[in-house]
Amino acid sequence: MKHEANRTVDVLVIGGGNAALCAALVAREAGASVLLLEAAPRAWRGGNSSHTRNLRCMHDAPQDVLTEVYPEEEFWQDLKKVTGGITDEKLARLAIRESSTCRDWMRKHGVHFQPSLSGTLHLSRTNAFFMGGGKALVNAYYRSAEALGVRIRYDAPVDRLELDNGTFCAAWVGTERIAARACVMASGGFESNREWLREAWGQNADGEWPADNFAIRGTRFNRGVLLKFMMEAGADMVGDPSQSHCVAVDARAPLYDGGICTRIDCVSLGIVVNRHAQRFYDEGEDFWPKRYAIWGRLVAQQPGQVGYSIIDAKASGRFMPPVFPGAQADTLEGLARQLGLDEAAFVRTVRDYNAACRVGRFDHTVLDDCHTEGLAPAKTHWALPIDTPPFRGYALKPGITFTYLGLKVNERSAVHFGGRPSHNLFVAGEMMAGNVLGKGYTAGVGMTIGTAFGRLAGAHAAAAALQQGVEHAAA
Amino acid sequence: MQQLEILAREAAELAEGRVVPAGSALPVERQSGAESEAEVDRIMKICNACRYCEGFCAVFPAMTRRLEFGKADIHYLANLCHNCGACLHACQYAPPHEFAVNVPQAMAKVRARTYSDYAWPSGFGALYRNNGLTVALALAAGIALFLVLALVMQGGLFHAPVAGDFYSVFPHNLLVSMFAPVFLIAVLALGIGVARFWREVSPGTVDVLSGAAVAETTQDVLRLKYLDGGHGGGCPNADDANTLLRRRFHHLTFYGFMLCFAATSVATLYHYVFGWEAPYDLSSLPVVLGTVGGIGLLIGPAGLFWLNLKRHPEHGDAAQKPMDRGFIALLFLTSLTGLALLAGRDSGAMGLLLAIHLGVVMALFLTMPYGKFGHGFYRSAALLKWAIEKRRPNPVGVGSE
Repeated sequence: MKHEANRTVDVLVIGGGNAALCAALVAREAGASVLLLEAAPRAWRGGNSSHTRNLRCMHDAPQDVLTEVYPEEEFWQDLKKVTGGITDEKLARLAIRESSTCRDWMRKHGVHFQPSLSGTLHLSRTNAFFMGGGKALVNAYYRSAEALGVRIRYDAPVDRLELDNGTFCAAWVGTERIAARACVMASGGFESNREWLREAWGQNADGEWPADNFAIRGTRFNRGVLLKFMMEAGADMVGDPSQSHCVAVDARAPLYDGGICTRIDCVSLGIVVNRHAQRFYDEGEDFWPKRYAIWGRLVAQQPGQVGYSIIDAKASGRFMPPVFPGAQADTLEGLARQLGLDEAAFVRTVRDYNAACRVGRFDHTVLDDCHTEGLAPAKTHWALPIDTPPFRGYALKPGITFTYLGLKVNERSAVHFGGRPSHNLFVAGEMMAGNVLGKGYTAGVGMTIGTAFGRLAGAHAAAAALQQGVEHAAA
Repeated sequence: MQQLEILAREAAELAEGRVVPAGSALPVERQSGAESEAEVDRIMKICNACRYCEGFCAVFPAMTRRLEFGKADIHYLANLCHNCGACLHACQYAPPHEFAVNVPQAMAKVRARTYSDYAWPSGFGALYRNNGLTVALALAAGIALFLVLALVMQGGLFHAPVAGDFYSVFPHNLLVSMFAPVFLIAVLALGIGVARFWREVSPGTVDVLSGAAVAETTQDVLRLKYLDGGHGGGCPNADDANTLLRRRFHHLTFYGFMLCFAATSVATLYHYVFGWEAPYDLSSLPVVLGTVGGIGLLIGPAGLFWLNLKRHPEHGDAAQKPMDRGFIALLFLTSLTGLALLAGRDSGAMGLLLAIHLGVVMALFLTMPYGKFGHGFYRSAALLKWAIEKRRPNPVGVGSE
């Protein structure tokens, strides 16, 4: 029987980003009534998905915006490599296969694709870019969801769930109880919970709390409320609770939502020094797209959690233009002054580096033979002396993209308690990405996981709810 | 740390300092040209570090060919922008983000300045500032002129039916001597303005005009390519939903206008080459062209006006709405009065209808170089520059690894 007034919704989706929207759309397509609760106000809806730009896609032949082929096995090997094996092959392959078929469905819901952006040629084979980026995708999904009859509420942060022995009963938004037959949680990680970050990163030997100096690259609404609740409710967890994806961003980046444009892409073209004007890592270890994700942690380990990327005029125009102009001077001393670094120490560091450079044939597109000799740490590629004014410097600080802690799932994306899957509580997106991506990162894989498990969770939640509805009617 | 704080403050100022709060809609004259240009510069540097919108239109690929944005670059990009609004809704840095990126609005403000800055004679650029008023005054003056002329020449506004013989009301030579110079001066003024713009945005280079670049520009203009959203689904209007309506109404307006223009041109040929004088038969080429074009020029502007009323408040520059709407209204009236004249040409009110129609057309001609009409010419020039420069190697080779 149906309750006409205040009817219990079939599927409740908690969250408002890509994974949540995929779940809501699929559940609605399966015939379930769906209510989506987004914690943010409408203007800030979409979570970290609004800052994304592409989806890593398996494909066995060239497609509209994807060149050549990217077979399942290669995708899997890439994932195994970046995670150092901290992944679940069965779930990973599920997401990979799903990525080869999901784009038509995405198009149906209004997502458009565009060729890989200028400066991202290395991704044209593996990643399908969203036209206009992730916010355009999020807008399209909300529009499609509304048209299909998904009910959407903004400013509706869920504080806790009501569970009964592994079964979802209701969610609480403040004092309001919202019951549903099934639920998909997709409300993100805990990267914008500064207290939690502080606790996770701890205190260093100098007595600093490094996390206090971090920028959050994405939404301010990923406070990990449900993650913490589920942990305390005894759900099975995956992923290292102390780890987060951390890149070096411009030190002037806003506290939240700096997104992609605050990155500094000139590290491999020059040197990076810390607050004491000392180098601390091989800037030319590997291609920048493969190395940018370690620099956040490297900078986080420096005093004051700050680094300075230093280049000269030769580097100009060879990297993506940064959003803020760098400090600029015609002398090394002048640059040190502008950056607030000890002049003598800085000049000595640059001179030592310059003297150690063994310049061969500079080529930024290969691991070239320009390197240093007798310098610690060495710079193993693209080592050109910093000798051509104007000199530029960019202050760097760590920027957190996402956290790895998540809820353990199976191939139905169900939440587990004591090794047993819940029959009506599912999870998707950053809240469970750690199952597949236990460590590291490769471009676009977050959206692959979010889309694949969002759709799975939505389908299984709808099936659970409708099945329950049938039993209810029969009883 | 102190140094960092200073940097952070500078960044915050950079990000916020020159921003006009969204929706505040300062009149054009209250924001100086330098301020409008600085805002585009600020925004383009953010966009150039993001680039998510590359697929929407030509503005973003053109941007990636630059690291610095001088005045000429900004004027060029501002006229390349079609104010479609797609990038605003897609922007992760749009208000309420503290970066307050609104590309269409920043571009629109500069674009309006370029029209008046390049206008010839220079002083007439001021007519853009209060363009709604300019158009209204021109319209009033045009209609008044012909009404008075009618009164003077035939002693009254009504007359015995003359079977559509316009020249019995206003002699052919009189009309030619009035419209030909106004039209030629308007074309000259527009041409000089656009030539000045072209010289500024393509400094010191004799661009190689390849046939392919010209062909592509022609196609982009005639198809109105950059109102298709980059994916063919159209562009936003009232909200983030894409619609092709703006493109279609614009097509009706443009092709309607061109058909009306063709009707006049054919009639001119008839008159001077073949000696066939108006009025022409209902099934004659000038009347058929004018009627079909006139219908397009009714539906198109009406649709554009409706879309303009519903337009999202953060699209473009609210201060320019009088210019947009004035121009739309003028086109609509041109067609309406023309069709009314056709319908009533056998009646005793033909003289009155003719005077009103001629007054409207005169206003259209008079305001041509100092109103929205110019946008087509400046935008076509910017599109041509884009078609030329995209065929050259990109001077900025970032991120080739």
